[in-house]
Amino acid sequence: MTQVQTLVIEPGLADRHYWRDLWRYRELFYVLAWRDLSVRYKQTIIGLAWALIRPFLTMVVFTVVFGKVARLPTEGAAPYALMVFAGLLPWQFFSTSLTESSNSLIGNANLISKVYFPRLIIPTASIVVSFVDFLVSFAILAGLMVWYRFVPDWPILTLPLFAAMCFLASLGPGLLITSLNVKYRDFRYIIPFIAQIGLYVSPVGFSSSVIPEQWRLLYSLNPMVGVIDGFRWAILGESTLWLPGFLVSWVLIACFLWLGIRQFRRMEKSFADLI
Amino acid sequence: MSDVAISVEGLSKRYYIGHNAAQAGSYTALRDVLARNARNLARKTRDMIGGRPIVQGDEVEEFWALKNVSFEIRQGDRVGIIGRNGAGKSTLLKILSRITEPTAGRITIAGRVASLLEVGTGFHPELSGRENIFLNGAILGMTRAEIQRKFDEIVAFAEVERFLDVPVKQYSSGMYVRLAFAVAAHLEPEILIVDEVLAVGDAQFQRKCLGKMEEVGHDGRTVLFVSHNMAMISSLCDKAIHLESGKLRSMGACDEVILHYATPGDSSPAAVDLRRNARRVGDDHAQLLSADVRNEHGQPASEVEINQPLSIRMEYRITSVADRSFVPNFHFSRSDGGCAFVAIAGNARRVVPGEYAAECHVPADFLNDGIYSVRLALTSFESGVSVHFDEAGILTFNVRDPIEGVATRASYSGAMPGAVRPLLPWTIEAIR
Repeated sequence: MTQVQTLVIEPGLADRHYWRDLWRYRELFYVLAWRDLSVRYKQTIIGLAWALIRPFLTMVVFTVVFGKVARLPTEGAAPYALMVFAGLLPWQFFSTSLTESSNSLIGNANLISKVYFPRLIIPTASIVVSFVDFLVSFAILAGLMVWYRFVPDWPILTLPLFAAMCFLASLGPGLLITSLNVKYRDFRYIIPFIAQIGLYVSPVGFSSSVIPEQWRLLYSLNPMVGVIDGFRWAILGESTLWLPGFLVSWVLIACFLWLGIRQFRRMEKSFADLI
Repeated sequence: MSDVAISVEGLSKRYYIGHNAAQAGSYTALRDVLARNARNLARKTRDMIGGRPIVQGDEVEEFWALKNVSFEIRQGDRVGIIGRNGAGKSTLLKILSRITEPTAGRITIAGRVASLLEVGTGFHPELSGRENIFLNGAILGMTRAEIQRKFDEIVAFAEVERFLDVPVKQYSSGMYVRLAFAVAAHLEPEILIVDEVLAVGDAQFQRKCLGKMEEVGHDGRTVLFVSHNMAMISSLCDKAIHLESGKLRSMGACDEVILHYATPGDSSPAAVDLRRNARRVGDDHAQLLSADVRNEHGQPASEVEINQPLSIRMEYRITSVADRSFVPNFHFSRSDGGCAFVAIAGNARRVVPGEYAAECHVPADFLNDGIYSVRLALTSFESGVSVHFDEAGILTFNVRDPIEGVATRASYSGAMPGAVRPLLPWTIEAIR
């Protein structure tokens, strides 16, 4: 008993030490992320194959429908399939993160009602699984590049920045929905809806340059527009990043994140009583 | 710095429970319903935006699970917390382990707290025993290095060496519990909070757990133990806290408090009605609604003469359409915590959803005199045993022995020990 730390429990105190506690429990974050991962990849073949097959088939369908049938233009000289995949990568990451994080609290109900830790750890750790899927999908991207003999330029080095942007873009709405999901279990039905509509509303199957100039700012209100444009710029290096739209996306991501964290922290105190 | 481990000052916790106002008139007017729903919606929206908990029903009532509770626990004390269902024990533990925040008051805790609110918290069935040790340890607040250091010790304590790399979903329930308890027992916190985990596992493992807990206590660490089993509390703890409807009723040496607890107070423990309770007792298949002790005339009674029959009646609701038979079982214990006997309804049949009443008839001249507490449970045995509810100590009644005219004691007037005192057929005949 060298250092006996003294703990004070008082109404409202957990609020003030929130971020410090979050840092203290970082080990739990690693462990929970590791748990989700090892459960996901326990049946290795299926887990891994699923992360590859889904984006690949979507890419094939989109290339045929938008590229061949609708004859939409690609960006610069990049092959259409490559352009689709550069958009599909962040979109897949976004939609799986959103799904995982918004169901995470309900899935860990037994933990929440039994042990104390900053609840923010749970949805954040669940996103790590989608992140690994995302990394796995890069194998397809590499394959496509070899197939089309496409050599990326220096912007590809900025890719982690856009991956982080994508992470933040999914965390905000994810937190918002997961905290509401605890009380209103029907909120989870919104997620497949967002994932489905969003796939067509966001420039996944087509280039955002097909959007008429006067509508582009409005179009950028969808935060994923900025993320996908960023990915295309980094991977293809051909298109130019349309800065006003990109900034609007950032503002929206920040807004959602702020809203999500605020809502989450407000609801957090009552999670144990509700779940 | 004194040797006070936990100091609780003026602790209160408020919950809101909602229920629908009783219908005033004989008919329901659509405009009333509309107005009420509109009011409801407005309140819920306000609560949601304000981040307050949202309450069902149109009348919100305050409910103080704990009200102005203060006490101090010294380092190395082993303290039992006793009280009836709904007395605030679980709430107190939840606040101590920081799962919920108190509404008012202040707690100062010196040292690390580990709570065993339920064994196996966070165990994942797909992961192996080895992986679950690390997972569970981290959840309980151990660092990775700490777990590594104690890994062998944990495995040896749980006796699962051979199954370390098998997913825990394939473990027997005994192995599962042993592993879970082993992780928690090696946490070495300054303060250990235990909530009725020892009811599980086989007798040998229970002894092992008790030994471990005593060891923890002798190491100068503090143990808080919640149980309905008075025998276990009196053997494990040196002090006890008695909570009653959210207030501290008494605190002090263990046996004194238990004695105090066993004497029925002003509340009526011979009947409970859970229909308006905020907490649902039961699971998705069946819920306990109410229960009482009745005398031979079928009237609720908290005291029955020893030479008269009595019955325990329980009303419950079956909501499951699953094809299974629900078997009521009542466990009778003496005031010292020892189990007297268990009565199982052997004639339970498969039933359709609905409300049912099960009554267990205890004949005259069967129980001993003294206080009995009844634990009500509903179990089904389809594809493994599942317990739908299991409420320990929910009913209490006194069996009075008028001594005069009691067949089971002839003319003896002293104390009669034993859990039961049945009137048995005797034969006495001359043989020579």
